[in-house]
Amino acid sequence: MKEKFVIEVDGLSKQFGNFVAVNHISFQVKEGEIFGFLGANGAGKTTAMRMLCGLSVPTSGHATVAGYDVYRQSEQVKRNIGYMSQKFALYDDLTVGENLKLFGGIYRMSRHQIRQKSDHLLAELGFTAERGTMVRSLPLGWKQKLAFSLAIFHDPKIVFLDEPSGGVDPITRRQFWELIYRAADRGITVFVTTHYMDEAEYCDRVSIMVDGHIKALDSPAMLKQMFQVGSMYDVFLALARTATRSE
Amino acid sequence: MGNIVTVSEVCKRYGKVQALRGVSMEVAEGEIFGLIGPDGAGKTTLFRILATLLLADSGTATVDGLDVRRDYRKIRRCIGYMPGRFSLYQDLTVRENLEFFATTFNTTIERNYHLIEDIYRHIERFKHRRAGKLSGGMKQKLALSCALIHAPRVLLLDEPTTGVDPVSRKEFWEMLFRLKTQHGITIVVSTPYMDEAMKCDRIALVQNGHFLKIDTPAAITGSYAKSLWSVRSEQMHRLLDDLRQWPGADTVFSFGETYHVTIKNGYDSEQLQHHVAHCGHQQVLVQHIEASIEDAFMALSD
Repeated sequence: MKEKFVIEVDGLSKQFGNFVAVNHISFQVKEGEIFGFLGANGAGKTTAMRMLCGLSVPTSGHATVAGYDVYRQSEQVKRNIGYMSQKFALYDDLTVGENLKLFGGIYRMSRHQIRQKSDHLLAELGFTAERGTMVRSLPLGWKQKLAFSLAIFHDPKIVFLDEPSGGVDPITRRQFWELIYRAADRGITVFVTTHYMDEAEYCDRVSIMVDGHIKALDSPAMLKQMFQVGSMYDVFLALARTATRSE
Repeated sequence: MGNIVTVSEVCKRYGKVQALRGVSMEVAEGEIFGLIGPDGAGKTTLFRILATLLLADSGTATVDGLDVRRDYRKIRRCIGYMPGRFSLYQDLTVRENLEFFATTFNTTIERNYHLIEDIYRHIERFKHRRAGKLSGGMKQKLALSCALIHAPRVLLLDEPTTGVDPVSRKEFWEMLFRLKTQHGITIVVSTPYMDEAMKCDRIALVQNGHFLKIDTPAAITGSYAKSLWSVRSEQMHRLLDDLRQWPGADTVFSFGETYHVTIKNGYDSEQLQHHVAHCGHQQVLVQHIEASIEDAFMALSD
């Protein structure tokens, strides 16, 4: 079976003045894969992710996301991806229902579609009674689940998650990952950054960035075998120690 | 050794939200005491009460024998407080920030340089850079230097490692450990990362304004009462549902590359193994394991 790639990156770089934030990275992400994108603070993860989301124009190299070129078709890229970060996800001063309407509208879904999908989403999360609740007053764990569901509300091919699970209790954090599993089982590709190394183990494949380069890319099992260590935490330590960039 | 921080039955409410519901703790001098729990558990409220920036609705708290309500001026001299949000002056340079905090406390950088040297040397070459232009890891080191420059006896660190990568977190904890061992500074520190709990002398597990438990990390994991098993197979996504279908499973949670399963009374691991095999899983591995802090937290919070 020929594998289908939904993200293809070849020699992608981004330079700010003299500083090469992302230095010639190449990789592919398979359809339906959970792809972990790890690296120390300052290694270039955020810059790389912004390029893949069509928010920042690369200095050189090639990249297609969901089949669209990030230079020439950044609007189509944006329409075919979902995005969630811990810093921004939902509008606090809108109700749950209003957030759904707003996001659906931005992604040009019809009113009928929005209504139908909202009912389904709220029922699935058990949030039907919260439709009129201000997002501000929801517990953090609920917000994160809702934010993730919203990020895939328009059925994107890929969802980008930038440190999505920080700050919640251990049970909620795991329930959140179960939503991610379910999305991946439905064929949505998940591209995720995290500082929790146990979450790196939940990924099908993991890349680790050091000083703008991708220093390792494989399944967690293979990486552990390669570095002859017992956990992804130790793999990360072994690689990140080689960094020379002072953040 | 005496208790340098005491908290007794402290309650705090913001409107309808009960942030602290009568918490009590004692921190011995020279100890690293961890407040472990998720956002919204009440950790920051407790720090602000100890830092004399907020008054409790009821209950009492002392730092170095001084009452947080009555003796707040004296307390402010003997604590170093690092809030969760970066709160130095963004448009002053690294050096200017440090000088500002030193002079505020009527001291000089030189007088207490020995305390910050270990931390400050990492950022010294950026001393003329504005604080707002520093990276996250460097901001954290500057904030810790500023909290230390007046030679406090107690450090109050509110989530200093949140959003920080594992390597920088490890380095930060090594610095805390040296502050404790070389300078005898007492440290109260909060974190949402359960693995950091093991680095503390004692911890309080905090949730919804309550302390679930206070003890040494080893005693907390040691008193875990459930029968805990690690389970894995070739097909992890399907295994999760299959484990939850088993009537003997009490809880099933992902833990890195395996699932942690607690078994109800009246069932055993052989039945578990049988169930998983019956569901058609290959390469099944079922092992009895010791609880981690995270397992203990989850058991206490349900």
